[in-house]
Amino acid sequence: MKWYIDSDRPIYKQLVEQIELRIISGVYSPGDKLGSVRDLAMDAGVNPNTMQKALAELERMDLVFAQRTSGRYITEDKKVIDEVKKALAFREIEQFFEKMKLLGFGKEEILKLIEKVEEGENSNDNTKR
Amino acid sequence: MIILSAKNLTKSFGKKIALSNVNVEIPRGRIIGLLGPNGSGKSTFLKLATGLLVPTEGEITIDGAIPGVETKAKTSYLAERTYLNGWMRAEDIIAFFEDFYEDFNRIKAENMLKELNINPSDRLKTMSKGTKEKVQLILIMSRSAELYLLDEPIGGVDPAARDYILNTIITNYKENASVIISTHLIADIEQVLDDIVFISKGEITMTSTVDEIREKYNKSVDGLFREVFKC
Repeated sequence: MKWYIDSDRPIYKQLVEQIELRIISGVYSPGDKLGSVRDLAMDAGVNPNTMQKALAELERMDLVFAQRTSGRYITEDKKVIDEVKKALAFREIEQFFEKMKLLGFGKEEILKLIEKVEEGENSNDNTKR
Repeated sequence: MIILSAKNLTKSFGKKIALSNVNVEIPRGRIIGLLGPNGSGKSTFLKLATGLLVPTEGEITIDGAIPGVETKAKTSYLAERTYLNGWMRAEDIIAFFEDFYEDFNRIKAENMLKELNINPSDRLKTMSKGTKEKVQLILIMSRSAELYLLDEPIGGVDPAARDYILNTIITNYKENASVIISTHLIADIEQVLDDIVFISKGEITMTSTVDEIREKYNKSVDGLFREVFKC
């Protein structure tokens, strides 16, 4: 998986989000050991202190825990992961609604459109079969 | 812990003032971008830190000492122009560095040459500009120094090698060492920096961490630089 650092927002926040996503999507499994700060920093092409800051934030969120001598691990608590997953879904949906409102759609219209697009996708799937 | 400190540092060449009353402290364990337009005093600052120039007024200290034999042993400096002879082969220069610097790691240097497909028996003068730059950076980063001073380290190399070089920089400095990189190619190095120092017309106009700038201005350092130094 590639790291994407875009230009404007704090780098450590972008790292937090991307590690979050890796945990939620299963790239990192619960209980997995994370690489060392230096290795992760090199992989992402960022400064080790920045990576350190991102990992500290993930620890604060309980997504990652540190064992004093052996390094950092992904949480084994599925509940924590689910919570983060939900929060992320809300954030995405809010952003989506904001954009749709900018385009001038009301809530009902948006929901109808979603259904329509979904059906479209399904029928596409049928033609493939 | 402070590795480099400048107090009222001023340098003038005749009537021309290159640096004016600079006060700055660089802690250990950081990568700092020294950023400013052409002729702002970046190279002068680095030369003062190496002892190649002496201050007109004020002082600069490395780990508490005025630049001299003692500080040179722990400072690894990449000059803006090469001081190596064209007839030398990469392997000659490695031997040269090994003689000169106690903290030089030959194996590290040889491995990096190999990774960048540079033939150690090639002479410097037969190499392209970018390859020459790579060789010098490899030598400089193969020392286990306390302070690295890199004057325009990525100017002449292609983008793919740039990534390799930046990785070389972030993986090769010790935890308590600091790296000062002077450049105007900000977008390329911004991700690896902790802190930035903006310098303009011989004066420091801003010091900040990279993420503070992004948080405060909603802009990358590169974006802010373009705005602040707009011509």
